[in-house]
Formats: sequence, structure tokens, C-alpha cells
Amino acid sequence: MSVRLALLGLLSGASSHGYRLKSRYDDVLDPDGSVPAAQIYATLSRLERDGLVRQAETTQDGGPPRRVYQLTEAGRCEIDRWLAAPVEPAPELQALLYTKVVLSIIAGRRIEPLLDAQREAHLVRMRELTGMRQSQGLARKILAEYALFHLEADLKWLDLVAEQVTELVAGVETDRRAADR
Amino acid sequence: MTSSRHRPSGADIETPAAPLLRAVGLHKRFGPTVALRRAGLTVRPGEIVAVMGPSGSGKSTLLHCVAGILRPDEGRVCYAGRRIDDLSDDDRSRLRRTAFGFVFQFGQLINELTAAENVALPLLLEGTKRREAMQRAHAWLETMSIADLHSRRPHEMSGGQAQRVAVARAMATEPRVVFADEPTGSLDSVSGTAVLDAFTAVARAHRVAVVMVTHEPRVAAYASRTVVVRDGRVPDSDDDGGGVAS
Repeated sequence: MSVRLALLGLLSGASSHGYRLKSRYDDVLDPDGSVPAAQIYATLSRLERDGLVRQAETTQDGGPPRRVYQLTEAGRCEIDRWLAAPVEPAPELQALLYTKVVLSIIAGRRIEPLLDAQREAHLVRMRELTGMRQSQGLARKILAEYALFHLEADLKWLDLVAEQVTELVAGVETDRRAADR
Repeated sequence: MTSSRHRPSGADIETPAAPLLRAVGLHKRFGPTVALRRAGLTVRPGEIVAVMGPSGSGKSTLLHCVAGILRPDEGRVCYAGRRIDDLSDDDRSRLRRTAFGFVFQFGQLINELTAAENVALPLLLEGTKRREAMQRAHAWLETMSIADLHSRRPHEMSGGQAQRVAVARAMATEPRVVFADEPTGSLDSVSGTAVLDAFTAVARAHRVAVVMVTHEPRVAAYASRTVVVRDGRVPDSDDDGGGVAS
């Protein structure tokens, strides 16, 4: 998962400054806080250099002045394209899929089209694996079974997400308001 | 979420223009509950279609309407170019016995009959002589790799064995479509996989179309195409609108 896309995703919800982006990143995508603040700031500079974000203003709430970044049109196109594309179905893709779901909610996008596209991509892959299961030797058959069980687990998780969209969106909104205070 | 562009194996690749079954604009209501809203489904000869959807989405009602078990309140169902939703109850029963086969979640075999007698039953109902019906039943049990169970009654079989008998019974009349409602819903995943391997292989070998309702992606993955029912609708169907209701 690239920090670059994560920052574009976070900024597509609302303009923000580096310090707040770092805490938001940790809250929703990286509970271990493994990405250093310096990397967040460096990535923001590169995004600005590449024309995907720009500085909107500088705020100073009693503390040091902070640069507020916002997406440019090019940045919005890039994140929209990435969020709309399903993840290539492979077992154990949960981190990337989770990231897309969370960033889509933050960006205020409807997540149903992503869930549908992902379900379809998964079913296509599962049909291929089922075909392989029926036509290959034992070793490949067992490997195909392994992949099928994992892809099925992903699909069950997608169904669970789909059932909870309203609550998830409300939860993200509540978190955002709390972070803004 | 249909996917006709991807087909995994050879037998059902040919899709002639004329659909075998075509349901258009189906509405069905049970008291105050609307189960189907302008739902549609098209099935071509020999193809295996999975019908998926959450509980209560209307997928079983869609299957029952398309199979002539239920009569839709509006819309129409055509089989081999002929309208079947407005047939009399007797005519629809006859069609179900001759052109369609059924596999249900719990087999629904008759407990007092042996495996072979269960498979022979639909043939006997259609007037086939007992001797011939039993011969054909034995052949189908052999096709489903359970020839040695011919004299067992359902309570003497495992769930997977009973479902194989149910598939043999559904195939015995040489139908053109088999409708399966959660065919492996009562089985563990190992027996379920074995039953589906056998079921889909025999359907493809005999060019029998299968319409299979399931909530399990692993089961749907046996189909060449998946349609999703949501809230009584089939969102991607090209048959679910357009003033075609009768």
C-alpha cells in the first residue's frame, strides 16, 4: 500500500495539514504507527511537486504555522481511478482491500460500485480456480482449494461490509469531527 | 453482476441466440411483502447459471417462478419459445415432470423407497414401464458413482450420497433444465464439493442447463455466469424492465 495513494485518499475527504494527516493515517490505516511523520511530509512535498496536491493556506491555531494541503484536479482523478479499480483477486489481499474501502468512505464515494466490481473480479477468479480444480493433478487441485477458501472468505467479508455501509460511513464521519476538534 | 464474458470450461461455451428459458418483468408478492420487482432471467441451452443474493432477496422466489412452481403476479416466463406462466396448473405440473428436474437443499427423497426406486419414480409417473424405469435408474446411479447404494433407503445414506441420488433423480427424465436450490446447503464443504463436481460434470456432459440458487461463492464458481438478486431485482439483467409485463 503506497503512502502516496493513502494521502490522496485522505485529502479527497477534506483539505488537511501534515500533522493531522499523519494522525488520521495512523487511526484508520496503520494502528502500529509504523510510517514516520517525516515520510508523510516528504510524500506531501513530492505530491505537490507532481501537481497532485497544492497548498491551500497556512493555519496557526496557537501552535506553529501549518500548511494545509488540498487535492488538485489531477490528484482527484488519480485517486478516483485507483479507488474505482478492484484489487487483483489473490488470497490474502485484505490490507489493500481494506484500505480501498476505508479511503472510499473517507472520500465520500459510494462504496457499492467498488464492492460489486470486487465481487465480480473474485467470482471470475474463483471460476478459473474451480476449472483448474476439475482438470489438474492433485497438487494443483489442493492449491486451487486453498485459494478458493481464501477468496470465499474475502467475499464473506465484502458482504459484511456491504451490510454495514451506513454505520461505517457514520463512524468515519464521527471520527473526522472528533479529529477536527 | 453478470459475467458472460468469462467461461472457464468448454462444454457450455456455445450459446445459440435462442434462449431456452426467458423470464421478463416478474413481479411476485406474498401478502404485503414484495418478493420480486421486475426481475428477469435468461438461460441458454446447456449453460450453468448461479443465482446469488442475500437471504430474503427473492432468489428462491425467482427460481420458483421461472420453474413454474409459482405463478408470477406480473411478467412472463417462456420456455423453448412458448409461454408457460399462463398454463393451467396441470400443464405446468406436466412440464415440470418432463422438461425440468429439481434438486433441493435436503434432497427430499422418499424415505420408504430405495435409492433406485427414488430415481425411477419420475419415470414411473410419466408412464415408463417399471422394468425400464429401474434399468434407467440404475444407469443414472452408476453415472453418479453410487451404483452400490441402489437398495439403500435415504436414512441409510450420508447427506452427500443422498444428494447424488437427488441429482440422479433430477436427471432421470432427461430434462433440459435442472433447477437446484442450495443443492449443497446441508453438506460439509468436502461432500458438497464432491456432489457439485459430479452434478456439474453430468449436466455439462448431457448439455442440460442448470439454474442454481446459492449464497455460497464456492458453489457459484461452478457456474459459467452469475446473476445477483437484490431486493427482488436483478440489477444487471437486460430483462428486468421495459413494459413487458402481461
